[in-house]
Parts: sequence; C-alpha cells; structure tokens
Amino acid sequence: MSAALLEVTELKKHYPVRAGVLRRQVGTVHAVDGVSFSLGAGETLGLVGESGCGKSTVARSVLRLVEPTSGEIRLDGEDITHLSKTALRPHRRSMQIVFQDPFASLNPRMTAGDVVGEPLVVHGLASGKELEARVARLFEQVGLRPDQMQNFPHQFSGGQRQRICIARALALEPRLIVCDEPVSALDVSIQAQVINLLIDLQRQHGFSYLFIAHDLAVVAHISHRVAVMYLGRIVEIADKDELFRNPRHPYTQALLASVPIANPLAKKLAPLVDGDVPSPVNPPSGCAFHTRCRFAMERCRTERPALMDAGDGHQVACLLNDGTGRSNATA
Amino acid sequence: MAQKSDIVLEVKNLKTVFFTNSGLFKAVDDVSFTVKRGETLAIVGESGCGKSVTALSLMRLVPDPPGRIVGGSVTLEGTDLLALDETEMRAVRGNRISMIFQEPMTSLNPVMRIGDQIVEAVRLHRNISSKEAQNIAVEMLRLVRIPEPARRAREYPHQLSGGMRQRAMIAMALACRPALLIADEPTTALDVTIQAQILALILDLQKELGTGLVLITHDLGVVAQTAQRVIVMYAGRKVEEASVEALFAAPKHPYTRGLMASIPAVPASGVPAQARLNEIPGTVPSLVRLPKGCAFAPRCKLAIKRCEAEYPPLADWGGGHLAACWRAEEVAEVA
Repeated sequence: MSAALLEVTELKKHYPVRAGVLRRQVGTVHAVDGVSFSLGAGETLGLVGESGCGKSTVARSVLRLVEPTSGEIRLDGEDITHLSKTALRPHRRSMQIVFQDPFASLNPRMTAGDVVGEPLVVHGLASGKELEARVARLFEQVGLRPDQMQNFPHQFSGGQRQRICIARALALEPRLIVCDEPVSALDVSIQAQVINLLIDLQRQHGFSYLFIAHDLAVVAHISHRVAVMYLGRIVEIADKDELFRNPRHPYTQALLASVPIANPLAKKLAPLVDGDVPSPVNPPSGCAFHTRCRFAMERCRTERPALMDAGDGHQVACLLNDGTGRSNATA
Repeated sequence: MAQKSDIVLEVKNLKTVFFTNSGLFKAVDDVSFTVKRGETLAIVGESGCGKSVTALSLMRLVPDPPGRIVGGSVTLEGTDLLALDETEMRAVRGNRISMIFQEPMTSLNPVMRIGDQIVEAVRLHRNISSKEAQNIAVEMLRLVRIPEPARRAREYPHQLSGGMRQRAMIAMALACRPALLIADEPTTALDVTIQAQILALILDLQKELGTGLVLITHDLGVVAQTAQRVIVMYAGRKVEEASVEALFAAPKHPYTRGLMASIPAVPASGVPAQARLNEIPGTVPSLVRLPKGCAFAPRCKLAIKRCEAEYPPLADWGGGHLAACWRAEEVAEVA
C-alpha cells in the first residue's frame, strides 16, 4: 500500500531487568518483539490483547514516547525512528495521543481552555483572541460548551474530561491519533458517547486512529482492521469483519469465546484457555501461545510461526495455518 | 413460587446514607430483594448507582461515619443482621455471609501466606485444630483449581498472578461454606480469558455448594451469562427487577433499555462497520442534588411533566418483572 500513513516494521522494545547491588542485568522483558503493521489514511487499526501483551508499548513507540530497541517507524514515508528531538518536532504535530485515564492526563491546575490551547501555544500557531476562538471551536467540536473553558478539570465528569483530552489531541489537526484505552475508565453509557464522538470526528477530519483496547467489542465497533497481540507479537491481523467471523489463530478464538455476550440465550461462557499469560521476561520458546493452546503440537515448542497471509490480507502466525495441508483450527 | 425456607437472604426497604460536607447522600434508597439457595442475583448499574454500598450494607461494612444504614432489614437465614451487635455480626461475617472484592491484591494480607489466611478465616468460626484447618485450606485451594495447592498455600499473595489471587480470595470466602456469597465486580480487574475462567469457577462452585450469590457488576454481558435474576440500579434506587431472560428480552425501564443499546457487541456477520451506538445523553446525577421525581428523567427521551414531579412506584408487569417508570408500557414501542 502506497497510501500508508504509518508503517511499522519489525518493531522491538526490550527492557533490561536488573537485580542485586550492582544492578546487573539478569534478564530482558520482551515487551514488543518484532511487530509490523501499516495504517492507511483515514483508517482505524484496532490493537487488542490482554495486559502485558505490549499493545501500549507499541503505541508509545510509534509516537517515540518510548525509544524502540530496533525496527523502523515511517510516518508518511519518512523514517522517524532515529530523528533527533528537534527534527522530530514538526512530526509531533501530526501525531497525537489520548490516554486511558482522563484524571491523570490533565493538569489539575490548568483550566480546561488552557489545556486544550497549550499545543497551539507550544507550536506558536495561535495567540490572544485567535487562540481563544480556536479553543472555543475545539470545545464545540467535542461537545463541550465554550463557557466551560474557564473551569478546572475537577469540575468535569469523567466523560467530559476525556472530551477535553480529545479536544487537546485535535488542536494541531493531526493525521494520526493514538488512542490508548480511551474508554476503559468510563461508564457504559458514557463510553458510547465517546466512541460515537471519535467516529464522528474521524468522518469529519479523515485522520487515522491506532486504537488500543482490551475490550473486543469496543475494538470491533470502531476499527476497520484489527490486530491481535500476544506476548509482544501480532498473532493475527485482518479486516474487522473477517477477523470476527473467521478467527484463525487459536488465541483469537479463545479471546472471542471468553467475551460474555449480553444475551442470556446465547452460548454460555466456555473458557477455551487455561492458565495465565506467561511472563514476557522468559517468553515460551517457539510459538509463545503453545503453553495454553488447545492445538499445540510438538513443533509449536520449537518453531516460531511467522505472520503469513491466509488470503484477503488475513494474516495469521500459527503453524496450523502454514500451508502444510492442515486447515485452520476451528472450535 | 419458592418455599419460604429456600430464601437465604431477604432485604427489605434498605436505606443507607452518607453524611458529607456537601450534604446528605442517599446512596441506597429503599431497595428490596431476595436471594434463594443456589440462585444468582445480579445487581447492575454504573458508578455511583449504589450497588457496592448495597453489598457493603449486607455485610454491615459501611464505614460509619460517614455512612449509616438508616432503615430497612437484612434477613439472612431468618436472622436480621441489622439487629445484631458487632460481636454477633462478626460471628456471621465470613461464616454465613462472605464477600469477594474487585481487587484481590488489596484484600489479601501481603505479608501472610495464602494458606495461613484461609486457616485464620476458618479457625475464627470453627473450633478445630490448626492441622485440620491447614488441610481445609489446601482442600479449598484445590477446589478453586489452583495447581499444586499444597505448595501454593505456602506462598505469599505477590507470588500469585491476578487470576490466582482471585481464586485464593474465592477459596477463603467459601472456606466456611457460607449461605450467601457477595461478589463485587469480581472479574473487572482481570483479563477477559481469565475472567471467563473465574466466572465459570464461581458458577461451578455455587452449584456444587448451593450458595446464594449476589453478583455486582457493570457488565451486562457478565449478567446475561451468569445470573437468574437481575436488579438494575440508578442513583441509589432499584429501577427494574426481572428474570434475566425477561430483562434482556423486553426491558421495561428506559434506563435499562438505554444501557443495552449503548454496549457495542462483538459483531456477528453483517453488522455494518462503525454503526453509531445509541448513547444515553448527559451523565449520572449527583446524589446530593437528586431531582424530586424520577432521577433518570433529565436523560430520558420519554420523560413527561409527571416524571419530573413524582417518583414512579415500582410496578409489577407480570411474572415478577418490576419497573419504576411512568411510561414503562411505551418503552418497548419507542426504542
């Protein structure tokens, strides 16, 4: 795809584990271990996985808030992986982030208007009357009243606070907004408001979202394509409808089967996986999922499956899907 | 109808208030329900609706001050818990009625071995030797399917994963075979695959032991998959109660209906990409300044003059389906 806005290739982020008096390195956390994907203009890519799978580290690495250990990040075709702080600055305008906790990500001593206007001031894009007018417009866009600009974050509810964070992200007219669990801290009725707002804004402005969440239903609702992560790697990536209709990786199948369906007549919960996610410090050899997989074979312990095309851009990293004659493993 | 003796818990007109600087909060306002042996009752609602305070009131664990139970009765196996003094209550708590919380790490003692914590709970209520209690502890850990229970019993909470800790909590709560278990968002802090395991475990054990279960959650999916009866709370009040089938088939209260429409579903095939979710406008009202009439009226599409003036009574719509709405009849038509 030439129209890719963001291209991530073989991204890795390893953290050293130090212990003892001399702080010697005793291990490595493989937070992100070779992740590649691309994101088109105006597209939403959902990134799902359980805690510790590395989805947030991917998000932060893309924005260079975390320095990747290796790999390449291209924004609009330009490699931004190694740009210096100054050289990166113009690119920062086109990438913004919305965090999970709207309580922790707003400065409690700044008025909501100042919070939203700050990016414009920092980049020297507006001041005085014009700044005020632009902030007021941003407030209206996210469904807040301009007369609330003088209020402090504590005077807003959780949902309104998340709207302030979204307005701040919109201020610089970015082309990419990374949303890291933006609705996880919100009540169900408020969650729907914020999801609708994000969808509406994308339709108006045409920017892309890298949307990170652990809630499959939320991801399914907002994304065009979905990538499933497990222990630092993408195990499956496909168009939203295809992924949910025809999940090919046993982990994706287990995830989907674990979601409680809001219908008492639907199939009852059937946990398809036992045990916990292994530690990313010593991830299992071969396929990292083999310790919990219903279909694990001898080969899975030793061979690491690569992400392979299974048709129609549906990519899976599973030895059952490697074209050796075994079709996909359905439950 | 069930036999009277089948009823484990009967809550009548429970009222719990909080006295704060900004005024009087009616956290739980006139809430009644019953739980039968082996039955699961879900209490569902958003933050601040009073579901957790209801649970704490049943356990008599509401912090006083600032909170106080000011009315109603909580009858567990024929005994009114609200009439007991603290010593008597202590003999019941953890014995006949016990509770598991959302965050297992904050409810386990970090400097005490898992097994010893269960032993402590058991020996508080039963006159048995420490050796026997040890055996019960290991047996309970086996029951909640913790691998190598004897070894795990000697470990500290930080050595267990989140899912294992929640299993240990469940083991502790069930060690004395209580008549009623209260689970307050037991899986909210857990990943979805672990959540499925823990929910399945709770339901299995409940069936095995015949425990009554009050499950507090904000997740309608969890409700649909686990409960037999459901209470929906809004701003401290019970606004709807029904069997889980009736509630999901035809919710009578506009709030319940709104909640159901606002949750995104994992798509079965054919769901159009990015369909808008139905949102409930506005936010949950502050409990200090509740409107005179129906607390949901300011957010309700169906609200009429009467809703703002008078609080609607809980009316029975057949088969024990209760709803507090002046326009419950029209809810189904208006969507």
